[in-house]
Amino acid sequence: MSVALHRQLGLTDDEFAQIPILIGRAPTDPELVMFSLMWSEHCSYKHSRRMLRRFPTDGPHVLQGPGENAGAVDVGDGWAIALKVESHNHPSAVEPFEGAATGVGGIVRDILALGARPIALLDSLRFGTLESARSRHLFTRAVAGIGHYGNCIGVPTVGGEVVFDDRYEDSCLVNAMCIGLVRADGMLRAAAFGTGNLLVLIGNRTGRDGIGGASVLASAELSADDEDKRPSVQVSDPFTERKLMDCCLELAADDLLLALQDLGAAGLTSAASEMAAKGGVGLDIDLDRVHLREEGMAPAEILVSESQERMLGLVSPDKLEDVLESCARWELDANVIGTVTGTGNFTARHGGEVVVDIPASALTDDAPWYEVPRTPGPSATPLALDTVPVPADLGAAWLDLLGRPNIASKRWIYQQYDHLVGANTIRRPGGDAAVIRIPGMRRALAITTDCAERHCELDPRGGGRASVFEAARNIACTGAVPYAASDCLNFANPEKASTGWRLAEAIEGMSEALEAISVPVVSGNVSLYNESPARAIYPTPVVGMIGLLEDAGASVGHAFAQPRDAIVLLGGGAARLDASEWLGAALGAPALPDLAGEAALIAVMVVAAGAGLLRSAHDVSGGGVAVTLVESALAGGIGCSVALPLGRRADETLFGESGERIVVTCRPDALPGLRAIAGDVPLAVIGSVGGGTVDVQLGDATVSLDLEAARIAYEATLTEALA
Amino acid sequence: MIAVVRFPGSLDHDSAVRAVEAAGGTATYAWHADRALPAGTRAVVLPGGFSYGDHLRPGAIASRSPIMDAVRQHADAGGLVLGICNGFQVLCEAGLLPGVLRTNATTSFVCRQVELEVLDHDTPFTRDLGAALSIPIKNHDGAWYGDPADARIVLSYGMENPLGSIGSAAGVANAQGNVLGLMPHPEEAVDRLLGSTDGLGLFTALVRA
Amino acid sequence: MTRVVVTVMPRDGVLDPQGQAVQGALGRLGFAGIHDVRLGRRIELELDGPDPLAQAREMCERLLANPLIEDFTVAIED
Repeated sequence: MSVALHRQLGLTDDEFAQIPILIGRAPTDPELVMFSLMWSEHCSYKHSRRMLRRFPTDGPHVLQGPGENAGAVDVGDGWAIALKVESHNHPSAVEPFEGAATGVGGIVRDILALGARPIALLDSLRFGTLESARSRHLFTRAVAGIGHYGNCIGVPTVGGEVVFDDRYEDSCLVNAMCIGLVRADGMLRAAAFGTGNLLVLIGNRTGRDGIGGASVLASAELSADDEDKRPSVQVSDPFTERKLMDCCLELAADDLLLALQDLGAAGLTSAASEMAAKGGVGLDIDLDRVHLREEGMAPAEILVSESQERMLGLVSPDKLEDVLESCARWELDANVIGTVTGTGNFTARHGGEVVVDIPASALTDDAPWYEVPRTPGPSATPLALDTVPVPADLGAAWLDLLGRPNIASKRWIYQQYDHLVGANTIRRPGGDAAVIRIPGMRRALAITTDCAERHCELDPRGGGRASVFEAARNIACTGAVPYAASDCLNFANPEKASTGWRLAEAIEGMSEALEAISVPVVSGNVSLYNESPARAIYPTPVVGMIGLLEDAGASVGHAFAQPRDAIVLLGGGAARLDASEWLGAALGAPALPDLAGEAALIAVMVVAAGAGLLRSAHDVSGGGVAVTLVESALAGGIGCSVALPLGRRADETLFGESGERIVVTCRPDALPGLRAIAGDVPLAVIGSVGGGTVDVQLGDATVSLDLEAARIAYEATLTEALA
Repeated sequence: MIAVVRFPGSLDHDSAVRAVEAAGGTATYAWHADRALPAGTRAVVLPGGFSYGDHLRPGAIASRSPIMDAVRQHADAGGLVLGICNGFQVLCEAGLLPGVLRTNATTSFVCRQVELEVLDHDTPFTRDLGAALSIPIKNHDGAWYGDPADARIVLSYGMENPLGSIGSAAGVANAQGNVLGLMPHPEEAVDRLLGSTDGLGLFTALVRA
Repeated sequence: MTRVVVTVMPRDGVLDPQGQAVQGALGRLGFAGIHDVRLGRRIELELDGPDPLAQAREMCERLLANPLIEDFTVAIED
């Protein structure tokens, strides 16, 4: 019987054979279910764990690196910022509203587990094209779910990104990033300790939500019969989450918690086994004490339920009464479900019988790991530009590009998100990065999520670098110093073809770039098996990054400010159509981002902003410099007039992409100061702000775009596509 | 002393306190389950948020909280009460203001800046305000529904009416003018760093009471 | 113990934007001949006591329905 069962649960025969070696006997059925979840890809990272060691994770300001519920960095004055990005891809493909909503709930609880108060959310979304009714449905429902949850818990959703591409038609990506604030000396960890200390379960009642979710959904590719996976998806309750946040933060502030852990994938099993293994202690849990929503739940169900909005606190017996009183005042259920022992075992009882009794480390540290095959993918083929005609009407091409879903205004999305709650949002969505004040400090944070997925498809190492530099440039454009990162690696099936190679290469490229700008990775997430029989996603390593701004009042925006301001192109990046939005596909061989050049540009940007020289800054990305100029013009309500060298062809010059370019504006008398700061970083004065059109002179010809026509093209797309 | 009432699910209570302080006053929280307002309360704020998750109807459950009896007594005695967003919903559900707030015409949450017209300067709240205020809205159920003949529409969205309110009502006062409810968030508009400071005047009015 | 079912519906003449949105969605799915769609709420109460219907009515008057925009009916369900 058990042989069939272990395979049903997703364990390989080899993995199943390991268990008796670790625990000295055959596992009970509840124990087997626990192993199947803890050793699943989603919980154990068995295919990626070793590769993640490449990331740079150290830095003088790192207080908590990877390994805890979230990472954290010191931001001065005794304050720390916690950050993490996490995926909820497969649940969102099955039920997009609840999948996206519970994804937000999960990442918020990861931050809360550090005792940190969540202060901002971002979401990074990828769906099929808007021509697909299914993708329109998934997208609109995911946005509604993110808004429903984030708005109700009162954490502002201040930024993010969305990409529409056919490669995500069968495997959408929903990644959520959360930032939290905590006193550096008040940070909580998950490790349990102290024999006799009590485990208190706080929050929603446990039901049959997500039974087996971790292994069923996250480790298997999606296929046509996903309808019957519907019961596995958890339903969100943001009101309870809000009470949970208020209560846990109060408990933490009153020093009533020794440790804190959230319940996510694999529920109580994962939460408690990690607490025990991290602390090198045992936990004795009475499943009868778990407050339940359903009758007659089997021990295995209670152990692996993924019911949402639950936290596990470690409490000293003399503080228990205060803890329970606080939970009661917040109208939250709370029960003592276990105690810390010295055995090192995860022991669970049900109806007076011991049903689980295994070393906690068997579930966590002893989980298997695998080397993935690293078969290199095809080399990128250089673009045959002579087969791509230059558009006859560049103005029309420009308007068309502005209206494409991956370029056009995302106002339709962010107006559905409360991006203001808390009254700390200095720069609202629409710019390069969100900027929020750090409450209680003079400083501010810039935050962004970015990924260069097409570049990764063509050259994963270069794309890894490009993703990091895109995030860092967006941060630097606000004047903030790139400070810390969290990664969310979304890839296809690592056991197939060149996915393993792509993953390793992307990690290598990201690491090279992070080292070049001294930004550590302090947390992260891996989501694999994002593919269907018909198509696999682009390698999509999402970079969530925060930057630190010394003076909250000194952030730089992307809007043109005053007529006659000088427009300056900084950086040595070369406009190329490879992998560009203009070409609209992953074609060509994009240039390998130059580590020194990108780092130098970012440094110059930060110094120039800090010196108060800049009126605006906007990096050149999707759509090339033509889009950069229009976006700055629309934001400021003023046009501009620039001249660019024609180069090889007009469309390449206007719409070509590459990294390592930022367009800034400044008062003309600030130019000498800017040149001095720029040093060896290429600097070209290309024109000036003014007028009601955006004019670009290329060689003998001038292309001119009327600002109002541009606004209509830019703002209409999402509203019309989703009406 | 300004009392800022806190319900389970209140979200904008802290920024309301900071807005009171920005206006030169002091504020303290009043807990929903208490039967009396804090000693020395001169004015009351019902802040924004999703009290009780907006379950049943926005503001419905919160409006039946024990603290609301004390708020009602304070209002009946002429004390100032400012209800912001969810607070406005609570005041309508409690019968302290006419009408009800319904789902936005867009059937979606809407977060954006709006330009308000001050239509009625004859209340303690609006006496010293200019003609127009730039303040953000962020809500899902902000369409005021009621009889305009039976209500003092003090603040209006003007021609735009983004939420589908009857009479383009953004803010409504009771007959005496001492209770004001508005959907926009003035506490988000008291700090130059964040944009407009047009919201400060409402808090100054509370502090002066 | 008696089960009482409360149905809360928008009052006649009150605009029902959610009903309209649903009507539009049904139309786009290909359903024809829909004259009207209204969305309401069904509340199931398991009550002790001698007069559960009267109790439910009072619950509606005091909390479950907003008389400005909603009508309610109560019924005992077997």
